[in-house]
Order: sequence, then C-alpha cells, then structure tokens
Amino acid sequence: MATVIETIELTKKYGKHQAVRGMNLSVQAGSVCAFLGQNGAGKSSTIKMLLGMIHPTSGSGSIFGHRIDKESDSLLIRQKVAFVAEDKRLYDYMSVGQIIHFTRSFFPRWDHDLEARLLEQFELPPERKIRQLSKGMRTKLALLLGFARGCELLILDEPTEGLDPVAIEDVLQIVVSLAAQGTTIFFSSHQIVEVEQVADHVLMIDRGKLVLDAPMDRVKEQYRHIQAVFPEPVEERDFRLPGIEKVSVAGRTVSFVASHNVDSIVEHARMLHAGSIDVLPISLKEIFLEKVKARS
Amino acid sequence: MFRKPNPSSGVPIYVQLKEQVRHAIETGGLTAGDQLPGIRSLAETLVINPNTVIKVYRELEQEGVLEIRHGLGAFVISRRRSRSKAEEMRDAQHLVHEFVDTLKKQGLEEGEIRRLFEAEIAGEFQRR
Repeated sequence: MATVIETIELTKKYGKHQAVRGMNLSVQAGSVCAFLGQNGAGKSSTIKMLLGMIHPTSGSGSIFGHRIDKESDSLLIRQKVAFVAEDKRLYDYMSVGQIIHFTRSFFPRWDHDLEARLLEQFELPPERKIRQLSKGMRTKLALLLGFARGCELLILDEPTEGLDPVAIEDVLQIVVSLAAQGTTIFFSSHQIVEVEQVADHVLMIDRGKLVLDAPMDRVKEQYRHIQAVFPEPVEERDFRLPGIEKVSVAGRTVSFVASHNVDSIVEHARMLHAGSIDVLPISLKEIFLEKVKARS
Repeated sequence: MFRKPNPSSGVPIYVQLKEQVRHAIETGGLTAGDQLPGIRSLAETLVINPNTVIKVYRELEQEGVLEIRHGLGAFVISRRRSRSKAEEMRDAQHLVHEFVDTLKKQGLEEGEIRRLFEAEIAGEFQRR
C-alpha cells in the first residue's frame, strides 16, 4: 500500500519547549487514521508542520512524496490535501452561499452533489452572513468546504468540536463515505468513542511523543485487562513480564493492563497460584487514559 | 438488517459485524443466493470504516460463507456456516465411541468388534 504521510524524527521546539519530539509517522493510502492526544500534546503543531504552515525545527516529512518543508512542493501538497482547522477560520463578511461559491472556484474537482447534500443535511442558510452563524454552524460550513473539495487527503483538526450528537453522526457518516471513495483521512480528536467507530488506524501522542501506533483491530484484539486474585499478598515486582503495561496491586488482587502476550501473563499468574483470573476486553478510552497517566 | 456495532465494547467492530452476518444466515434472515449490502452503503448505514466491511466480507469468503463476484457484490453461499474438518472428525469420533460402547455392552469381545469393523469397511469401500 502506498504511504500518504510520512515523517522522520519530526521535531518542533518553541524556545525551550519541545512541542513535537522525534515523531515518526506513516499513514497509508485509503485509511482513516485517528490522531489522539490531550490538549497541548502536539497534535496541532504536527498538523501545521505537515501542511507547511510552520517549519520543523529538525527532522523531515512528506505528503504524497512532496517535501513538507520545501516552498516549491507546498502548492502540490495543497492541491491534493484539504484541511479543516480547529479554529474554523472563515471570511466573516461573506454569506454562506458566497463563501461556497468563492471556494468552489479554486477547485476543479469540487463535488457539487456533496455540496448540495451537505447544505441540506447541515441546514445551512445560504443567505446568512458568516458572522451571524452559531459555533456549530460555522463548524458545519467549514467541514462542507473541506469535504466538497474533492481531495485525496483530508486532514481534520478536531472536526466535531462543538457539534451536537446528530451533527457528529452526520460528520462521521461523510468521513466514512469519503473513505469508501478512496480518500485518506487523518483526523485529530479527543472524542475517543467516535474515533473507535470510524478509524482503522490509531496514533496516540503524549507530550510530543508517539505512544501508540497500531491498527484499531489489533489494539482491540491484543489489549486486555487482566484481574487475578492470589491466596497470599503479592508485590508489583512479581509481575515483570513483556506485554504488561501497567500493574496495580491491592492486597491479594492484582490488575494488569496488557498490550500483548496475554497467554503467558495468565500462565504466570497461575504459577503464582492465582485462584481466579479474569481476562476482560478494554476500551480505547481506558488504554488512552493508561498511556497518558503512565507517563504523568 | 444489521445493527450498529458497539464501538467501545472492546470486541473489534469487524468481529461484531461478522457475528451479525453469520447469525443472519444461521437464523434464515439471509439464505443462499441472497446479496449482501454494498461496502459503501453498509459502511454509511452503520457509520463504520469501509475497510472493516471489506475485511468482514473477505474473511467470510475465505470461510466459505460468502462468495464475492467482482463488480456485482457479495452473496451468501450456504445456509449454515460450513463445518471444519476438525469439527466433523470430532462428531464422528463421538458416534464411533457410542457405537463401540453399545457393542461391548452386548457382550462382544475387542477382536470381534475389530473384525466386524474391518470387514464392513473393506466391503463398503470395495463396492464403490
């Protein structure tokens, strides 16, 4: 499969603060890739570097093989990539209809059917001035302009921020339908449930560093919560095994979060005479909290 | 026909969807020759990743439940999920065990049972 986004040791420093630290990303064509992290984890800085809006301090990256830090490649990238920013900046003096007309004129591959469908679905009034739109409506308008562009890669920064549940489902449905047409989608979010629903690959960052990079199905199949009860009190150091991400001991009960190697961990617990061992699935939200907490 | 999978259940979405397709076939909701929804339309209806739908259809094709006709879509092959060789052997072993047990209870010796089996097998397979 072709690689759409690739970065090598991508780093961004603001003075002494390292916003992004040696990020190695690889996003495959046709995937819906979720980019998760807390506020200030480095998501927006990474996206801005990918789009050439800020320069990396060190490291490199490419989109469709075009260098992200080269002025001359920037136009080529912009032709193939649509971006909906977190702040949804729009020309306030225009009306909804005017900005659609204005934006459309730049893009020969504009999807007129999708534009019409979204205008109706999002209930956007074409005559209304942008400055008079509510926050949710601004977001919907910004998404419409990004979705209808007819791009090969769609980068969305917190696309559903400020939307109600019905609109969120609409947005996710369009993401799915664009993906079915072959558009690669890279979106940052902290709405973990929506990510679990539509993404097939998940990247998690914490304090500028990648802490998880895996297909969604593999995460779900391999990560487990294991709980074991022992006849005697045990200690944390009895459980130094590969695959154990986290151990918490409460007297005779021990909880593990395992990223792989579950069978060996269960076997190990049996050898230590565990009376009952429960292996339970774990949600992406719990994994996220563990990944972020473990490093705090 | 299909329900939205629960994304936060911890069970991968493709496993949940695969179970739903199997269940529909086992309960007669889908029968041999029926066409499954297209990849894009099912992905849109359930609001799940289209690659997930592709994965489900491909795996069910490999398991002999569906047939993918290129350009046409996915179709149900069999009413029941096809049984693996291992499952067939396990069931057969169980039958033989019960049968041998019955003969023993009727007072037959090990050698007699063996001779009956061998004769029957030889006869059965020569006739073919």
